[in-house]
Amino acid sequence: MTDTLDQSMGQPASEPTMRIDEATGNKVFSFERDGEVIEFIIGSSPEGTDIWQRVPYDADHYGPVTDFATDFDHADAGYNPIAPEVWKDLREGGCPVAHSERYGGMWVPLTNDTVTEVAYDTENFTSRNVVVAVGRPGDRAMPAPIGNAPPITSDPPFHNIARRLLLPAFAPKMIEPWEPEIQRLCRKLLDEMGDITPGESIVDAAVQYAQNIPVNVIGRMLGFPEKDEALFRQFVHDALERITEEPGTRDGLDDLGAYIQNQIVEHRANPRDDLTSYLMNVELDGNKLDDEVVGGMVILLLIAGIDTTWSAIGSSLWHLAQHPEDHQRLLDDPEVMTFALEEFLRAYAPVTMARLVAKDNDFHGCPMKKDDWVLLPFPAANRDPKKFEDPDTFIVDREANRHAAFGLGIHRCLGSNLARLELKVAIEEFIRRFPRFELAGDVRWSVGQIRGPRELPVRILEVAD
Amino acid sequence: MRVHLDAEKCQGHNRCYALAPELFDVDDYGQAMLLVEGDVPAELQDKARLAAANCPEYAITITENG
Repeated sequence: MTDTLDQSMGQPASEPTMRIDEATGNKVFSFERDGEVIEFIIGSSPEGTDIWQRVPYDADHYGPVTDFATDFDHADAGYNPIAPEVWKDLREGGCPVAHSERYGGMWVPLTNDTVTEVAYDTENFTSRNVVVAVGRPGDRAMPAPIGNAPPITSDPPFHNIARRLLLPAFAPKMIEPWEPEIQRLCRKLLDEMGDITPGESIVDAAVQYAQNIPVNVIGRMLGFPEKDEALFRQFVHDALERITEEPGTRDGLDDLGAYIQNQIVEHRANPRDDLTSYLMNVELDGNKLDDEVVGGMVILLLIAGIDTTWSAIGSSLWHLAQHPEDHQRLLDDPEVMTFALEEFLRAYAPVTMARLVAKDNDFHGCPMKKDDWVLLPFPAANRDPKKFEDPDTFIVDREANRHAAFGLGIHRCLGSNLARLELKVAIEEFIRRFPRFELAGDVRWSVGQIRGPRELPVRILEVAD
Repeated sequence: MRVHLDAEKCQGHNRCYALAPELFDVDDYGQAMLLVEGDVPAELQDKARLAAANCPEYAITITENG
């Protein structure tokens, strides 16, 4: 365990060094680990840098999941609506780790202990790809430890280097000043719902509210045009929900790379005080980052910063629509938000991450093979009765709450302070404007690793003066 | 009561800073820093326990005197 922890702290055996390859002009980073020299390259190769291996997945052949223990598929439309029941049934049925032949082989730890163990073990599990799909990085894809969207796709030791570039921009003291901006945005969205007749008017709390908040904030932080928000949501949808479609058919993803490179060019012509300019100017070993690496980080911020928080806001409002007692408690005792916020995050954690098995290993009797996928369902870890008392009950003032909504270990969500602030303000503003509301129809849930309502019709029962 | 922070385990969740800002600060990277040396004042002991009970990485531990 000590070895694993040392590794997870991002301590390489030697500091990485960088040289320019004369033939290609590519930057070559190298470092030594366990006596072996490991090299990784930033730049283009004649074969391209983003090559995918197709893995077996035939939706027609597989059909809907009937047994999640042996045929787990989080892209099954039936999964997200009832995911907490799936985790509970599997755990109670003595299945701490589920399996699936889909996606070329996938394992799913479901207990707090097994999820934690995978999250901490960066030796046996690589972050080279963190979204399960029908393709996984081929031999010529950007290799570990960098990956296509550092630092989320990076392993030690590069991970820590990339992460430290981004961390200062998301530290609490940099995020706190955004609170009034987020309040204004939420109020504007509530205003735009128009005249509300209590007891009659139905609004969609996901479509008209939750989905617009994080995309606006991250877009503004990056200095991208507000008019492109719908485009970003499409990119995110393509990347995270259309995972069972052929990689080449998800056009939005190719467009995203081109869009961001255009933004970089535009920022170079018109430098300004935003996150994109910051990333373009930040130095690593005295060198600025390649546009490709800047682009990868921007992709990460867009994808990680949009439907995650949107889902958390939606799930929290979904809960409140069905639990007026919790809603009332928040109105009567605003201080309880400190605990309620974490309880929303625990009970409705939106993010399941993924890893690839780095080398064959036996995981509690599971014969894991190199390149198998491993899902990391932090939301399931958050509902393990061995870790949390009465885990399937939402306790608005739960005081001891060591939840893992933002992950565990070196990949702790970089944007957690921003996500928390957005979630807090979004809930506060919604319940202040609408002191009573209830569900008014069917909820449509997302598909895939990010879980949250995509359509959430609520009937407004009362409007604040 | 004394409170201990294991900087190697801290991953910057910032739960301690949110719950007990009298006892914890965060640096520019979001890493926690302990603000008290020696015994935790009586009025802050509940907050210290709360911070410890909410750290997802088990980076905060408490030793009760006596």
